[in-house]
Amino acid sequence: MSSSVTKQGLREVHPGREAVSQVQATADVSQRPHRRAGGERSMVGEADFRSYYGKPIINKPVWEAPDIPGYLFLGGLAGASSVMAAAATASHRGALARALKLSSTAAVSLSGIALVHDLGRPARFANMLRVLKPSSPMSVGSWLLASFTPLSAAASLSALTGRFRLVGAAGTAGAALLGPAVATYTAALVSNTAVPAWHEGFKEMPFVFAASAVSSAAGMGLVVAPLHESGPARLLGVTSGAAELGLMELMKRNMGAVKEAFTSSEKAHRYEKGAKIAIVTGIAAALLGKHSRVASAFAGAGLLVGSALSRFAIFEAGLESAEDPRYTVVPQRKRLEERNRG
Amino acid sequence: MATEMNLLERGDVAASSGYESPPPRVGFFTDTSVCIGCKACEVACKEWNHVPEDGLNFTGMSYDNTEGLGADSWRHVAFIEQKVVGTDGSGQDGIRWLMASDVCKHCTHAACLDVCPTGSLFRTEFGTVVVQEDICNGCGYCISACPYGVIDQRHGDGRAWKCTLCYDRLSVGVEPACAKACPTDSIQFGPLEELRARAERRRDQLHRSGVIDARLYGESPDDGVGGDGAFFLLLDEPEVYGLPPDPIVTTRDLPAMYRRAGVAAAALVSVVVLGFGGARR
Repeated sequence: MSSSVTKQGLREVHPGREAVSQVQATADVSQRPHRRAGGERSMVGEADFRSYYGKPIINKPVWEAPDIPGYLFLGGLAGASSVMAAAATASHRGALARALKLSSTAAVSLSGIALVHDLGRPARFANMLRVLKPSSPMSVGSWLLASFTPLSAAASLSALTGRFRLVGAAGTAGAALLGPAVATYTAALVSNTAVPAWHEGFKEMPFVFAASAVSSAAGMGLVVAPLHESGPARLLGVTSGAAELGLMELMKRNMGAVKEAFTSSEKAHRYEKGAKIAIVTGIAAALLGKHSRVASAFAGAGLLVGSALSRFAIFEAGLESAEDPRYTVVPQRKRLEERNRG
Repeated sequence: MATEMNLLERGDVAASSGYESPPPRVGFFTDTSVCIGCKACEVACKEWNHVPEDGLNFTGMSYDNTEGLGADSWRHVAFIEQKVVGTDGSGQDGIRWLMASDVCKHCTHAACLDVCPTGSLFRTEFGTVVVQEDICNGCGYCISACPYGVIDQRHGDGRAWKCTLCYDRLSVGVEPACAKACPTDSIQFGPLEELRARAERRRDQLHRSGVIDARLYGESPDDGVGGDGAFFLLLDEPEVYGLPPDPIVTTRDLPAMYRRAGVAAAALVSVVVLGFGGARR
């Protein structure tokens, strides 16, 4: 309560925090379901959805292309390359092994640069190793990369010089051990956000990333290995390229209304279409061009480009789903209603 | 798993973060039914915390030129103009003007804190969540993780910033600047338990007087973030104020994500082994 005291006693007595609003809404006629301006194509979730002036609910990720989607691709390439390099070493495919070791080291080094470049304070990158927090996939990933990079580099150095065989073998084995985690932890990293198109795909995302990683490493193998050693890369490229396409579809299907973000974002739509074309072309060239070094290299390039474009599509769909409140509000409303119904 | 245990934790947030006999958890109860949209909270916050100016825009969104919470807006007053069907018998429609001061929710299960890879974000002894600006390296993970769109990166600075619930003021026993400046007690500061009880009484009072739209938001320890340290009394659906209707802390699903990443990693190895085994030389 607040008031002013006058000679006549209390005046202007106000109820303060006990105040009761005078106007009660019996019907709100101004807030019709939010619609997009202009005659855009109709979308799922358009039905009944309100927002604050169409403003996004969550803040848009500050991660930028090409740094972060590039990193998702390079991390996958590095991780899967190290596994394939170990398998190539074990099966005495020397040229394939050497090329994949080098590609793994080059990819992980580039990805490190991309990650530091994307920081708001690049000079403080070492703070990433200040703690180890299992609740942060980025913390886990920083330690993974910090361990993986020297192992991969040792494998490459030995493969290049032909010396330090023991160190090289240890590096090859160690990198192959950590490589699968390097390739898949990034799925947990992007899914572990409030960004609808990333979070809603958390069940399938690691498998999409694993398939995409093997597809890219196999693509690299087809590009760099001589024909007599490229058998496994060809087989793996064809199968994992097909798996990548299938798993991506499955992931989108299980996202419900959020999958619209892959088409309502022009960039995501374009990247995904490009990925499909590149991967299908790569698979076809790998199957038809078995006896041609040029066709094999072309097939490998297709798989590499396809894998990269898949990551860019997922990245852009995430940004789109953060910027449009429908992707936050509609699924949450649906969840609430389902819960209230029991 | 440690993460699962932590997420199921229902007890004292400060105690479970390692503080021995912490003070009671504090927070805000923002009662939007008495907000008059004066923005004293926004101004007091900027002044006290040295939050820089971030653009002098005219948005056309009623009286709201702040637009939302971010690195340089730690309190944000929303203005919503709604046409309502008249009830006074004049046959004329009226206007209702909703105002609400939004702020960081200082979640019980705070996604920003969980995902911060440097340990820059931490839980204070008061149960609040604060960024240490001398440690933050601007990785941006907290920004993507926050289900409310609170924390953001400051331009030209690169680091993440948000409401500290005036950690410096709490440390010397005074209430946060916004609550101090609020002329209608729309922003109430205090021990969380006390605020929750007061909020329930207030909601019931409003219901009794016919304001049936009044509802509490973020008060329940059973919601997707384990309850907010800063919660609200609203007069319409949360999304009308720019709040998520059913937020969850993303790390709730992290154990499942790790399990699946593990299975996918094992599958990757198996596929490569099979590929090398199956290919002819």
